[in-house]
Amino acid sequence: MQRLRIAYGVSGPLRYLSVLDMGLLWERLFRRARVPLAYTQGFNPRARMQFASALPVGYSSDEELLDIYLCERMIDSALLLATTPELPIGLQVKSVVEVSLREPPTQALLSEAHYRVSLHGPFDAHDLNARLQQLLARPEIMRQRIRKGKMVRYDLRPLICSAWCEAFGPAGCQIHVIARCGASGSGRPEDLLDELGLSTAHYTIHRTRLVWEGRED
Amino acid sequence: MLIEDRALEPLLAGVSKPGRYMGGEWNSVTKGWEGVEASLALVYPDVYEIGMSNLGLAILYDLVNAQPRLVAERVYTPWMDMEAAMRSAGLPLYSLETRRPLAAFDVVGFSLQHELTYTNVLTTLDLGGIPLLSDERTTESPLIIAGGSCAYNPEPMSAFMDAFVIGEGEEVLLELLAVVADWKGTGGRTSPSGRHDLLTGLAGIEGVYVPGLYRPEYGSDGRYVGLSSLVRQAPARILRRIVPTLGPVPTRPVVPSMRTVHNRAMVEIQRGCGHGCRFCQAGMVYRPIRERPAAAVVSAIDELLTNTGYDEVGLVSLSSSDHSGIAEIVQQTTERHRAERVSVSLPSLRIDAFSVQLAEMIQQTRKAGLTFAPEAGSQRLRDVINKGVSEEDLLRTVRAAFERGWNRLKLYFMLGLPTETDADVLEMARLIHAVRAVGREIRSRTVEVAVSVATFVPKPHTPFQWSPLVERETLQMRQDLLRAHTRARGIRVSCSEWDSTWLEALLSRGDRRMGPAIQRAWELGARMDAWAESFRPDIWKQAIAEAGIQAERYTSGELGFHSPLPWDHIHVGVSREFLWEEYRRALSQRVTPGCRDACANCGVLAAYAAQRRTAGDGAWGCP
Repeated sequence: MQRLRIAYGVSGPLRYLSVLDMGLLWERLFRRARVPLAYTQGFNPRARMQFASALPVGYSSDEELLDIYLCERMIDSALLLATTPELPIGLQVKSVVEVSLREPPTQALLSEAHYRVSLHGPFDAHDLNARLQQLLARPEIMRQRIRKGKMVRYDLRPLICSAWCEAFGPAGCQIHVIARCGASGSGRPEDLLDELGLSTAHYTIHRTRLVWEGRED
Repeated sequence: MLIEDRALEPLLAGVSKPGRYMGGEWNSVTKGWEGVEASLALVYPDVYEIGMSNLGLAILYDLVNAQPRLVAERVYTPWMDMEAAMRSAGLPLYSLETRRPLAAFDVVGFSLQHELTYTNVLTTLDLGGIPLLSDERTTESPLIIAGGSCAYNPEPMSAFMDAFVIGEGEEVLLELLAVVADWKGTGGRTSPSGRHDLLTGLAGIEGVYVPGLYRPEYGSDGRYVGLSSLVRQAPARILRRIVPTLGPVPTRPVVPSMRTVHNRAMVEIQRGCGHGCRFCQAGMVYRPIRERPAAAVVSAIDELLTNTGYDEVGLVSLSSSDHSGIAEIVQQTTERHRAERVSVSLPSLRIDAFSVQLAEMIQQTRKAGLTFAPEAGSQRLRDVINKGVSEEDLLRTVRAAFERGWNRLKLYFMLGLPTETDADVLEMARLIHAVRAVGREIRSRTVEVAVSVATFVPKPHTPFQWSPLVERETLQMRQDLLRAHTRARGIRVSCSEWDSTWLEALLSRGDRRMGPAIQRAWELGARMDAWAESFRPDIWKQAIAEAGIQAERYTSGELGFHSPLPWDHIHVGVSREFLWEEYRRALSQRVTPGCRDACANCGVLAAYAAQRRTAGDGAWGCP
């Protein structure tokens, strides 16, 4: 059994897939590429694959992580060679590395995610940044969301590590967000946008990197 | 004017399942348009997940794109949230491959498989900026055509269609596109008689019906009397097109990126069915039986799996157990692909032990459910509908299934069949209990018997086309009776809902006067009528009343051999005499053997004598 970690980018039409759909897409890709995936035991065998974090629908990303388990060893370059011709539009493989089977699942190791929100429209970046810093100066930012059919209150503030806004191009700005991401809760950039009254603005969100324990760079 | 991501993004943020509108899927064909002589937008008028599961359009997409000077792209009807967002933003409906607006195509072809998708056709045209009515279109408009099951009674939708393609599309669609290309190339778009020239030219193609070249006639009592041709190019009858032998399997189908209804590769292993069940339109309109050779199926599956990465392949036909090479196909496929853990799906199984053997060959670790369709509860009624299955057959089959490890079975029945009585319903209940009892005996625990009970809708071109729809109160009473007599652990009965059945029956046997009602219902907000969550029977009732339609005439009228039927001008190959004879035999409970056993002279051999010669001896399932 071999465990490989694939870092990949998501763009174009694939932004709008849920993580379940992405799992199916990868599985089919591996089949076409004849990659020997290992399967779970039991009644309904599934391919052994784990996503580090579900990328929200609508987001593009430079770096998503997928751990796969193979029942026959493959050199990482061989995997790259086999999968490259089978990549659909919007999927780019960045790297493949072998990972120890003993290491915990990436979901458990994840701590942070970095995002870049592109706001399209006439916004004053300086003004927006000031409002953003004011928001983050508050001790708590209470919000509500529906979890399992029930309205639940939660504090957004501890889920956001930092955020700032800067101008981008002739007209438009970008908001950079570093948020907690992992087992102890994830901060969503959309929540910040909503707090700033921007939920109906035209924006796109791009995840630039994931941070996890043991990450070397 | 191609729609860019930038324009779509704000809309997609606010709609459910934005993946429906993106395209870019594996194997989608993006051809350059330079040098293209005719472009076709293939539309399945429902949401993406439903449309992508339609094999017919996948075959035509593959076929048209394989021609160097033609291009086909896909379009599906947006869900209501996206429709509203597109209207607000002023965005036209576009194709998935190149994001071209619908109106930029030379031809827009709709696949009409279900009457309850009719209002989606109007949404598609309207969002595409195309006039709804054929009469209002100009030489600048795309040619709007339709095919599929509902084209066998084209009258209700005839106001909205420039032409219908009747029957199998593989040859006739290319002929139609050639006529369009030729018309364009000889200045058709700028000629003052352009539209007329094109439509009369199309009417000359065998299997193409151009409704605008005919006028319906009604009697003084308002009954449909017939259709008269307005020009000499409009033939009195249009014969369904068939292909003498099946063309190649499309082995590079578009693989959806999101989950759809059928998440599997599909191979049509055979076309046509010879059982002659009297309620079944497909059994009549897909004759003659044409098998695809087993070796061709097996090699097509190899290619399909390599090109798609699917882990399941469906063997598609009306009655898979009947294929003369089915055991070989199933055995070879499972062997060749066992290591890749590919499973085989084999729907439409005949009720006999052989089917259980087949099902066992394909089962992997987890047994999927087995489905059988006895359709009627009593032998008497099964003989009426010509479903040649005895109770002994059914119980022997389910016994075999339980013995081989199945715990769950699904049974399909119908209520509302001609000559049905309460006694037949009680027999249905008894039969269901008998199935369950066999299960308990063999599995010594409660097994699950899921029973799905549809309501019979009389369909054109079947022996029961003259038969009325069951009365609402009668149906309700029989559904209650069935439920009352099937209360037991492990038995689950689900019955169909009245309003959508009634609407389907009305539109199935309707004439041209349905058109204004369909349009009015759409104007009043009818959308996605096949979906329970959005179906609005109140809107339809209002629209039908406003159009002055007497619904009972269409649903409840019992018609006679000489009653003019709104689909009489469409000839499917099977003769009216044969259908009537079958109806008479039904009423006297006489069964008719299937085609493979004895030829009942349905008329197909006479209608397609020339094609038969092309196909060669023994190629059809006709003796």
